[in-house]
Amino acid sequence: MSVGIVDLSEDLTETHPDDLPEEQVLPLDAWHRDCGARMVEFAGYQMPIQYTGPHGGIVAEHEWTRTHAGLFDVSHMGQLLLSGDGVDAAVEALLPIDLSTLKLGMQRYSLLLDENGGVLDDLMVSRWPNALYLVVNGATKWEDIAHLREHLPDNITLNHLQDRALLALQGPEAFQALERHVTGDYPLSALTFMRFGQFAIGDVEMTISRSGYTGEDGFEISLPADAAAQIATLLCAEPEVQPIGLGARDSLRLEAALPLYGHDLDTQVDPVSAGLQFALAKRRRESGGWMGHEAIMQILADGPATRRVGLVIEGRLPAREGALVFAGDAQIGRVTSGGFSPTLGYPIAMAYVTADHAADGAALQIEVRGRRLDARIAPMPFVPHNYYRGDAK
Amino acid sequence: MSRYFTEDHEWIDVEGDTATVGITDYAQGQLGDIVFVELPDVGAMVDKGKDAAVVESVKAASDVYAPISGEVVESNSALDDDPALVNTSPEEDGWFFKLTIGDKAELDGLMDAKAYANFVESL
Repeated sequence: MSVGIVDLSEDLTETHPDDLPEEQVLPLDAWHRDCGARMVEFAGYQMPIQYTGPHGGIVAEHEWTRTHAGLFDVSHMGQLLLSGDGVDAAVEALLPIDLSTLKLGMQRYSLLLDENGGVLDDLMVSRWPNALYLVVNGATKWEDIAHLREHLPDNITLNHLQDRALLALQGPEAFQALERHVTGDYPLSALTFMRFGQFAIGDVEMTISRSGYTGEDGFEISLPADAAAQIATLLCAEPEVQPIGLGARDSLRLEAALPLYGHDLDTQVDPVSAGLQFALAKRRRESGGWMGHEAIMQILADGPATRRVGLVIEGRLPAREGALVFAGDAQIGRVTSGGFSPTLGYPIAMAYVTADHAADGAALQIEVRGRRLDARIAPMPFVPHNYYRGDAK
Repeated sequence: MSRYFTEDHEWIDVEGDTATVGITDYAQGQLGDIVFVELPDVGAMVDKGKDAAVVESVKAASDVYAPISGEVVESNSALDDDPALVNTSPEEDGWFFKLTIGDKAELDGLMDAKAYANFVESL
């Protein structure tokens, strides 16, 4: 598989040392308003929480994405391009990722860690020609950029792709809707989960990865910001596609048990407690040489003190972030994400609990407004993932 | 029977010495899909302007305030099984609770339907 050439000429490292945004308006701001979005502040931007109209509302948008295809604007996220001699080694000094096995056209989940093994951010890393492409969280991107600039060698160029938008098309009908429009050197079906390639719609060049944050099959589309509205309108004109807001994005990712940075992950949490050991590459555990390695190897050896678990709650009353978790009289944990699952029809939550109470099926209680709700630990994800891993599987 | 409204988007129907309380169509639209309603117990005393119920939407939990003070005499058990009634019929079947009116003077200063419509328009 080949991918297109990326323009590295606009290096912002020297010209905009602070990289501070002049105006916190996303490329699709007006487009969302035209679609009847209810806008809220999120990650420093005005973003759509939900849309109005016959297909609007968090539950309707959630169900639409699970059964058809939803278009999400995730342009608030940071798209970063790292290049220069020795970029792999430089990035491996900060991330527990094995870049020797990340070939052109592959994408992988990784973690930005501090010296104590705390999670500074979670992110995606992709192998572009002569560069590594990172997608980081919107709320943390400025701190991530500062961290990377501080710790990467001077010869590594960090290019913040602020002139690009990011759209996610998610759901079981995402492929058929997108495939109708894209052209490229190979078919869209060549992409399996966590692969990406270079495509076009009309004359708009775009990088498309088969990935997302809903648990469904789907795509994330990086494209020039000035073409975002045109492409969003084109996709939403397809019968399978409706625009989806942040509210359903949150309920979808909760059902898929995907952690949300700033809630389920932060610097007080290590990857082992978070159940993200898969992001600690075997070769890198042995080789070390990455920030946080020593602390995390100790946690791997000792076992984590707490663990991220899924909880299913009796009744209909949801437990929200911050609710305390009890085993008998003892407080043994805290909810980090919680809400009502539209797919399952009951409340679910993710919590960190002490490791001795983290077994599947364990009966616990969650305190909500002075009331103790019965809950039990359930396997994650709550709703099965539906990723496309190729016809062979 | 007369219906009054509050700036917190509750409605209150007054009939003799009892009143029925719910949230307005505008409020349910803002809250979105409602999945649970926590109602006050029968016999509970509620105070004007203080928490009386909690509405859980998919998005968040929101307090509902008592428009006037009084003793709760009935809560809408239909909402236990079908909290979405608040979305589909906020100003009729989706009522929250009934209370005895402690002090009719507390009704002064609440809005009528026209004033409330103007208030919502101004938001």
